[in-house]
Amino acid sequence: MQEIISVMKEKAAKLLAEGQVRCVLGWKRGEFFYESTPAVFESAEELEELVYDDFCGPNLAKYLIRECAKEGKILVFAKPCDTYSINALIREHRVDREKLYVVGVECAGNLDVNKIRAKGLTGLVGFEDNGDTVTVKTLYGDETFEKGELLLERCLCCKGKEHKIADETIVLNEENTKTVGADRFSEVARLEEMTADERFEYWREQLSRCIRCNACRNVCPACSCIKCVFDNDDSGIASKANTDTFEENMFHIIRAFHVTGRCTDCGECSRVCPQNIPLQLLNRKFIKDYNELYGEYVSGEDSESKPPLLTFTQEDAEPSIVKERGNC
Amino acid sequence: MKKIKLSNASALFEKIAETRNLYVPTKCEHSVEFKKFGEGELTYDYVNSGRSVKDFYFPQSENIVDFKVDGKNIEILPSVEEDLDEKYVVFGVRACDAASTKILDRVFLTDPVDSFYKTRRENGIIVSLACTRPAETCFCTAFGIDPTEPDADACAWISGDYLYIECNSDKANELCAAIDSVCEDADASELTETKNNTKKILDKLPLADLPLDKISDKELKELFYSDKWLHMSEACLGCGTCTYVCPTCQCYDIREFDTGHGVKRFRCWDSCMYSDFTKMAHGNPRLTQTERFRQRFMHKLVYYPNNNEGIFGCVGCGRCVASCPVSKNIAGVIRELAKGGKAE
Amino acid sequence: MQVNEKNFQPKIVAFCCNWCSYAGADLAGTGRLNYPANVKVIRVPCSCRVNPMFILRAFQKGADGVIIAGCHPGDCHYSTGNYYARRRMTLLFSMLDYLGIERERTRVEWISAAEGAKFAATMNEFVAQITELGENKRLEDLRCKK
Repeated sequence: MQEIISVMKEKAAKLLAEGQVRCVLGWKRGEFFYESTPAVFESAEELEELVYDDFCGPNLAKYLIRECAKEGKILVFAKPCDTYSINALIREHRVDREKLYVVGVECAGNLDVNKIRAKGLTGLVGFEDNGDTVTVKTLYGDETFEKGELLLERCLCCKGKEHKIADETIVLNEENTKTVGADRFSEVARLEEMTADERFEYWREQLSRCIRCNACRNVCPACSCIKCVFDNDDSGIASKANTDTFEENMFHIIRAFHVTGRCTDCGECSRVCPQNIPLQLLNRKFIKDYNELYGEYVSGEDSESKPPLLTFTQEDAEPSIVKERGNC
Repeated sequence: MKKIKLSNASALFEKIAETRNLYVPTKCEHSVEFKKFGEGELTYDYVNSGRSVKDFYFPQSENIVDFKVDGKNIEILPSVEEDLDEKYVVFGVRACDAASTKILDRVFLTDPVDSFYKTRRENGIIVSLACTRPAETCFCTAFGIDPTEPDADACAWISGDYLYIECNSDKANELCAAIDSVCEDADASELTETKNNTKKILDKLPLADLPLDKISDKELKELFYSDKWLHMSEACLGCGTCTYVCPTCQCYDIREFDTGHGVKRFRCWDSCMYSDFTKMAHGNPRLTQTERFRQRFMHKLVYYPNNNEGIFGCVGCGRCVASCPVSKNIAGVIRELAKGGKAE
Repeated sequence: MQVNEKNFQPKIVAFCCNWCSYAGADLAGTGRLNYPANVKVIRVPCSCRVNPMFILRAFQKGADGVIIAGCHPGDCHYSTGNYYARRRMTLLFSMLDYLGIERERTRVEWISAAEGAKFAATMNEFVAQITELGENKRLEDLRCKK
């Protein structure tokens, strides 16, 4: 990992020095080995802090909206899955392709610190990457795990290692580019098999944990409204807290619906949820549905194609299909 | 001090639950939360509860009053939550959360007294549980809190096969009868070894050395106008995660809901990270995320101590450290500010 | 009065497109065709004006069933509005079903200005179905109950 960081720094510093880009969007370390904060670097000195490793989960695409509103070009480091979000933002004219210099970086999957904690570990102070296994050092002793056990949910269903948009790529280790690729719809299908009562119970339990912190919305690259309807006092539905169970239903249905066809399934919403609500299951339900009904569509694969809700065919299924096809 | 075999601790809990609703740390799908005793699997294996103890006396939302509209008549109806008068005991509160109650008390129990908060506080007995396995995110010691000697109505420790318990306040005396009936006598010296073991870990905690004294030394204006805020806040998403998991965040909003036949007025937690926080007729006084970000940390580290004899508005529970989506947290802010920087 | 199975009168919200279904409702009226008074018609410029939020809000405020009625596919006054509505509603209904909400509570029908009889028949049938289904409990806001 050290090797790729120095290549990244060199590349970024060169473009900054030549004045080809105004700033660099990357990650820097927080207090702990697992903390990676999105950061804007504007000089070679600042770039010293750039990091790139197994914990660079945060998707930087959303920050492009803000940075693109300023003058000058932005160099953005993007993991393969981040490039989908960048494409989606270009498609919606939220960022300007001309202002971007996308550097695709290799990715061997990102790790989820919550999965480490779920193993019962606490006092996490160090980390060693041994290839297929990782050793987590804690105040109470070290433990080694298979990397696969600790991957972020989205990495378990990796979209592949190809950068869908990039001005150049940094891939030093082809070995690193293998995908895991589990079926991302298996959990959705499992829920569909349940009875309506069971599904209701399941979602009641999951959604009732919501504390309306809006982290899922604020981190989402597709949630790019300047003023969200849930923040608008005049909308009659702005609610800072769930005073009724209805509201968390409404918030999550509407949010998922609003990003339907635009969501790239980047998984940031479920990564950031402090209450561990499996929000990706809502987005994936919509994706599964439109794939089945209107043909495969991968949001963010390119920056031109129309999402399924912005187009139609005369032969589309009638809404009654929901009733007719039985279970879900 | 009394003690009871851990294997027999449920006898104690059952006794307490006879007179009051007892909430104990309970295993949930992804975290440990306080739930009614008997409604789930009790556990002692947790660093901290997912949601902080403030939920008990400062719930995320609560009704204040109802208005019933009938033609041109408006009737005002009292509308308090059903659980307002609930007598309860919370067992297993960590030292940081126990300390957070003192911070909230200073806000809600000084004039003008918040009657809702006061009622709930008076109705509850907090039994803290000393820590034995602090996490890397813990930094209560930086605020002078000793997690091996938590300060609450009653305190409990786990050492070896025993659960030790001691009552500290008049309020907790109510529990004494229950405790006496099932527990045996114990001596504080039996806990020394466990406490010392924990203290050894505390010394190694990466955040234990936060330079808070450097913050106290600085002038309000110097910190307020520091040029570091812009850089520190650039990653902030403006979500309310840190404020909602925080045991000491106390800001609330009062809102109304139109039911179609009346109005329900309720108060709910608010977050200084939100764009409509303290929004007034002219708009929001803090227009950018940088200002909102600054507000949160200035409040905890400067404004609150300035008004409260130097006591910081943070207890180092580490929840915000663990849950920030972009790993931007108070520990990093303290370090940055302590380094100093030029005022703009 | 306590609501029970016997005296349950469902509240139905019908979003009707101005050009077809609303005129269809009119025709049902002038043709003196009966349909239950439980149906509250809300006129919208086009079926694609119906935001998913409208439907959820109707349920929040006490509706037991929501029906969206628009021009037949191909006949939209704005050429293509109902095609978009069709996709949106299909996905929304599927999502509601996924969340365990009874799939019978929501419906889309295409009713032209000439189909007064179809309008009345659809509403009769829908009201009967919702009456049988009972109160909307899964997508209600308790604060809106008296």
